[in-house]
Amino acid sequence: MLCDVCTKNPATVHLTEIIAGKIIEVHLCEECAKKKSEEFQKQFNITNFLSELVNVDPAGKTGLPALHCSNCGLTYQEFKKKGRLGCPQCYEDFKSQLQPLLRRMQGSSRHRGKTPKIKIKKEIPFDERMKELKAYLERAIKLEEYEEAARIRDEIRELERKNKKSKPNNR
Amino acid sequence: MDLEELLNKPGEWLKGKGPDSHIIVSSRIRLARNIKGFVFPNKMDLKQSQEAFEQIQKAQAKSSILRSFNFLKMEEFSTLDKELLLERHLVSQEHITTSQGKALLLRKDEVCSIMINEEDHLRIQVIKSGFDLYDTWEIASKIEAEFAKNLDFAFSGSIGYLTSCPTNVGTGIRASCMLHLPGLIMTKRINRILELVAKLSFTTRGFFGEGTQAIGNFFQVSNQITLGLSESEILSNLAGVIKQLKSQEMEAREYMVSKYKLSMEDRIWRALGTLKSSRLIASNETLSHLSLLRLGMDLGIIRGLDTELINNLFIIIQPAHLQKIYKKKLSHQERDSIRATLLREKLEKISI
Repeated sequence: MLCDVCTKNPATVHLTEIIAGKIIEVHLCEECAKKKSEEFQKQFNITNFLSELVNVDPAGKTGLPALHCSNCGLTYQEFKKKGRLGCPQCYEDFKSQLQPLLRRMQGSSRHRGKTPKIKIKKEIPFDERMKELKAYLERAIKLEEYEEAARIRDEIRELERKNKKSKPNNR
Repeated sequence: MDLEELLNKPGEWLKGKGPDSHIIVSSRIRLARNIKGFVFPNKMDLKQSQEAFEQIQKAQAKSSILRSFNFLKMEEFSTLDKELLLERHLVSQEHITTSQGKALLLRKDEVCSIMINEEDHLRIQVIKSGFDLYDTWEIASKIEAEFAKNLDFAFSGSIGYLTSCPTNVGTGIRASCMLHLPGLIMTKRINRILELVAKLSFTTRGFFGEGTQAIGNFFQVSNQITLGLSESEILSNLAGVIKQLKSQEMEAREYMVSKYKLSMEDRIWRALGTLKSSRLIASNETLSHLSLLRLGMDLGIIRGLDTELINNLFIIIQPAHLQKIYKKKLSHQERDSIRATLLREKLEKISI
């Protein structure tokens, strides 16, 4: 068998790799293998993948202070390097960078899955809470998740009942 | 908890039971969750990881379902023990590379293992044997709900559950099936099929998950997209792909049997012969012979072997398992020799 690259020397090195779901068999002579080895070391990984997708350079050229998270201090550059965010707040502070990234990576930037069971919290005003719940309800109906929809409906009723009760007391 | 206990029997996912388990070895769900008010594990110092531990342990203590899980600190394990957990697919490579501030919650039957402070605060993993994604999801979802009773998770109304890596954000779900596809390898159709799978936004990985090679003709196929779809959509999309792969594999097997019956039988019997007579054998070679042996069992060529026994061999011939079973540190060559001995013993009853 001859080398796949130079097609001159006999192949002595045989590599099997899975890259992006594809099995690639490569047969190489010693010389070409040396050249290839560098390439193979730079295997596909999430960090490279992310930094290729993200082409924002908030620090570098503009001379502005580096974009960073107000909670954990992670800079956007660090995220690009490691591919990991530092805390939930990062999603908020890097929102304008992350949204296009999510759309490219995930095909969407809108959650449509499970939501945590919402605990009634006093600090959330009634109107806001109601709006949020109604949006959840609408979405659940659209997705034909009727069990979830029923649960949200009950929560809305409960909220309305509590609201009525609390109002006379406040006056 | 003594890890020696685990050695006596294979994890539930290797039992070879459940629907279509001759091709679809196991179904797995992994859910990523983070606790509100904490930075992600990669930004945590020791004190913060301790605090997260405490919150998780409190939530565990309050739940009758979670109470029976063993809480195991990773730093209390020897390197060998950690590798044993990895070989049993209970933890990830990342979880054992550095162990400070990390823990594992383990259910005794190994159906559920929860990594604490890996990439995210909670990584809930459920594995079952056979093709059973929905049931597996039910269990994972129930366990998640138990935690949610006493923990607030980091969640955004627009992009869902927040995870350290944006590849998991949204549902935080990674669903996968482990497939045994010797037929597609033999007929050389595998590349084309896996290319197609990749085009549909599904990822293929090797036997030990992320970054590993396909050994013993095993492939793990999982969803890539975690955002913008509901959990049930993600599961049914994956299930559709897996069903396709299964029927392609069955077709390939039928084709091989009808066209090359004798050479198939020859390869399968030779594999058994090698396993029954080797004096030195490496793990990768063992796995490829075991794969053929399983195929032989599926096709009815080899009879009288227990699926659970053979499935278990895939795991216990791995380096850390051998060293735990024989209770000593073994060099590379010693392992090859002991592996061969173990295989001869286990396959003693079957004659060629």
